[in-house]
Amino acid sequence: MAGRHETDVAILGAGPIGLFAVFELGLLDLKAHLVDILDRAGGQCTELYPDKPIYDIPGLPVVSGQELTDRLMQQVKPFDPQFHLGEMASGLDKLPDGRWRLKTDAGTEIVAPVVVISAGAGSFVPKRPPIAGIAEYEGKSVFYSVRKMEAFRGRNILIAGGGDSALDWTINLAPIAAKLTLVHHRDGFRAQQHSVNQMRELAAHGKINFEIASVKALHGANGILEEVTLASPDKGEWRHACDTLMPFFGLTIKLGPIAEFGLNLHEDRIPVDTEKFESSTPGIFAIGDINTYPGKLKLILCGFHEAALMAQAAFHICRPNEKLRFQYTTSSSSLQKKLGVA
Amino acid sequence: MKIIATDRKGEVHTLEGRDGWSVMEILRDAGLPVAAECGGACACATCQVYVDPEWYDKLPPKSDAETDMLDMAIAVEPNSRLSCQITCGPALDGIKLTIAPE
Repeated sequence: MAGRHETDVAILGAGPIGLFAVFELGLLDLKAHLVDILDRAGGQCTELYPDKPIYDIPGLPVVSGQELTDRLMQQVKPFDPQFHLGEMASGLDKLPDGRWRLKTDAGTEIVAPVVVISAGAGSFVPKRPPIAGIAEYEGKSVFYSVRKMEAFRGRNILIAGGGDSALDWTINLAPIAAKLTLVHHRDGFRAQQHSVNQMRELAAHGKINFEIASVKALHGANGILEEVTLASPDKGEWRHACDTLMPFFGLTIKLGPIAEFGLNLHEDRIPVDTEKFESSTPGIFAIGDINTYPGKLKLILCGFHEAALMAQAAFHICRPNEKLRFQYTTSSSSLQKKLGVA
Repeated sequence: MKIIATDRKGEVHTLEGRDGWSVMEILRDAGLPVAAECGGACACATCQVYVDPEWYDKLPPKSDAETDMLDMAIAVEPNSRLSCQITCGPALDGIKLTIAPE
């Protein structure tokens, strides 16, 4: 959905708190667009612990990360939020008319009088192995994802990792690679059993090599990889020729471009007041794990409260000439109409 | 009980462990740089430590969940553990460990 969108509130981060913000804003007739670097909503809940139980959501004695997300998606549906998923928020600036412009790396621009940052601990990005000099090879010989499979045809590939991505790409790239080696620190995998079986089948037929080892050093020049040093407790160290290294160790969280937005930060958190959860930059709010204030607790339930108070303040910015009518969903027929239940 | 933790700069910290707490919680509360993104749910592999070989075998063995999760850690060594899965107690008094690279 690249292009320019105008709305009431631009929300950065579609985790549980960003989603609940849509709900609270929606009750006040404020529309929202959400940006998230992940390709689905839910943030840490769906990325890190979709199956783990959460026991401290009021009224839900137990709920999994995935189910909580599914329920929130259902709850915000009446407000028709617009999602920009798989996009990293890359810039934030103020327009001459006083509104904010949130840009993404996919070319999306969201223009709104209010920006809500509900980005948790930041952006999920691939884990980068701590190998000296790896950065100079990235994009030329070292890749953390596959955009076009064809780009890997005829290459001598080394895949590192033992999860589903490592195995899936081993299986998918084997037919087009000149040579493919999978390297993992143990003879066991955190992956679907059928993928493991398929990989072992390929190895048994000599279509790929599997080494129990880890990558210790890279050798090459100007970003062009020629060899890596592999090491294992049993076999010691040896050199392995390859021109492509693909580390697949899942995702980690880095603060990312938020650090460049010109906001006041304290230890990678955004200080806010506890009346409106607004940052020191008017019109920019921060809710959930990304904010800090005296007494802050990083709990989903606290983020929900922050979202409710933020929405009241956002209303006054978005609708300066209107009177905010405080209502309860239980008794207000106008709120029930918005929710599609009356 | 004491935990003797070496950070990524090689600096050694002697920390007071609390019985029943995870080693990750002690490291984190001491301000040492363990990300522990999932908060101790054995779901992110960002609290990896290398346990001194003389202590490694004294630890209760890894659960299947921890063994699996270490597949998502970087720079895994034979003495790698996830510190959220090590529980402080008198038997571990003096345990030595090093925080793995991030």
